[in-house]
Amino acid sequence: MAQQALFLIMAVFTLGMALGTVTSRNIFHSALFLVGSFAGVAVIYFLLEAEFVGVAQIIIYIGAIATLIIFAIMLSRSVTGQNGSPMNRQWAFAALGAALLFAALAWLFSRVDFGSTAQPVPEDAIALIGAGLVTEYVIPFEVASILLLVALVGAILIARERHS
Amino acid sequence: MTSADYLPILILILIAAPFAGIAILLPSVLGPKNPNRMKQEAIESGMIPFADARRRFPVQYYMVAVLFIIFDIEVIFLFPWAVSLNQLKIFGLIEMGVFLGILLIGYLYVWKKGAFEWE
Amino acid sequence: MVPTHYYLILAAIIFSMGALGVLVRRNALIIFMCVEMMLNAVNLTLVALANQWGNLSGQVFVFIVMAVAAAEVAIGLAIVMAIVRHKDTINVEEINLLKW
Repeated sequence: MAQQALFLIMAVFTLGMALGTVTSRNIFHSALFLVGSFAGVAVIYFLLEAEFVGVAQIIIYIGAIATLIIFAIMLSRSVTGQNGSPMNRQWAFAALGAALLFAALAWLFSRVDFGSTAQPVPEDAIALIGAGLVTEYVIPFEVASILLLVALVGAILIARERHS
Repeated sequence: MTSADYLPILILILIAAPFAGIAILLPSVLGPKNPNRMKQEAIESGMIPFADARRRFPVQYYMVAVLFIIFDIEVIFLFPWAVSLNQLKIFGLIEMGVFLGILLIGYLYVWKKGAFEWE
Repeated sequence: MVPTHYYLILAAIIFSMGALGVLVRRNALIIFMCVEMMLNAVNLTLVALANQWGNLSGQVFVFIVMAVAAAEVAIGLAIVMAIVRHKDTINVEEINLLKW
């Protein structure tokens, strides 16, 4: 019972924050709403018995990605003035497209029957994730490191100011 | 862990959140207000502010943030690996060595490129 | 016990909202935030299904997705910063050099 109540509260909270991110006129408020929606999803991970994923969500999404976005806002401060509408002209078509996307996803999910009982998640989930990363999923794991290397080099190279 | 194990955290939130809220709201209701120009300046550790805080920051901050985000991800991958290292033996160690070695190349490149220098 | 469908529907709503934001907003940084939101919704789907089947593969994928999200945001924001330096705008309607 408490679980359902908590899920409902966190779902409404997360959706409200997500809506704030999409609609807010002030870009800084948008970033703060985004942090709120990440935090809401982190709590939902805890509800799903994925504790480590929840902690990683807080460390990576809130601690690193949101921080980087806020840095980027401060680094481009002088051009973030609100001139004109924050939305473009095709917003009606875009809303229709998003509604259709949701309808398609909901239809897809409604066709899947999961049965009534869920299998329990193993107790030592962290150790199993660690073992999975270097045994079964070792190729994606090593490719991720190459991806991070490329991202690091590329980001530094693009963001650097050239001194002539 | 089941949901019931998180009950202490919920109780902590229920106590801490109103406490923080009251600590912010009560002074603004009860405290005396006689503002003057000096008091309304932004606090800069006792220094007199010399510029607007809303100016464009130097791009070096972004370099540091990018390094942080990349190595943050690395730590998140290291943690579950460290927990299960006892069963993984030498093979797991080598694989993590490859992972760290690839990222080390990037670190050395960025260092050589002078991204840490602030002029 | 909350049915898995509820989590999936929640993820679908967040994903659609992110897609809407990407389509309608004119500020490149907010478009980035919405992309992150969509990736987050996908992660939620993966974790919900991992919980449903009692299988941790979904949670392993989440970490790979997080690495991709971090790489994407590092490169993407660097590009935005370069555009700000050269064109002095982050309005995507004014960044149209490659537009046909």
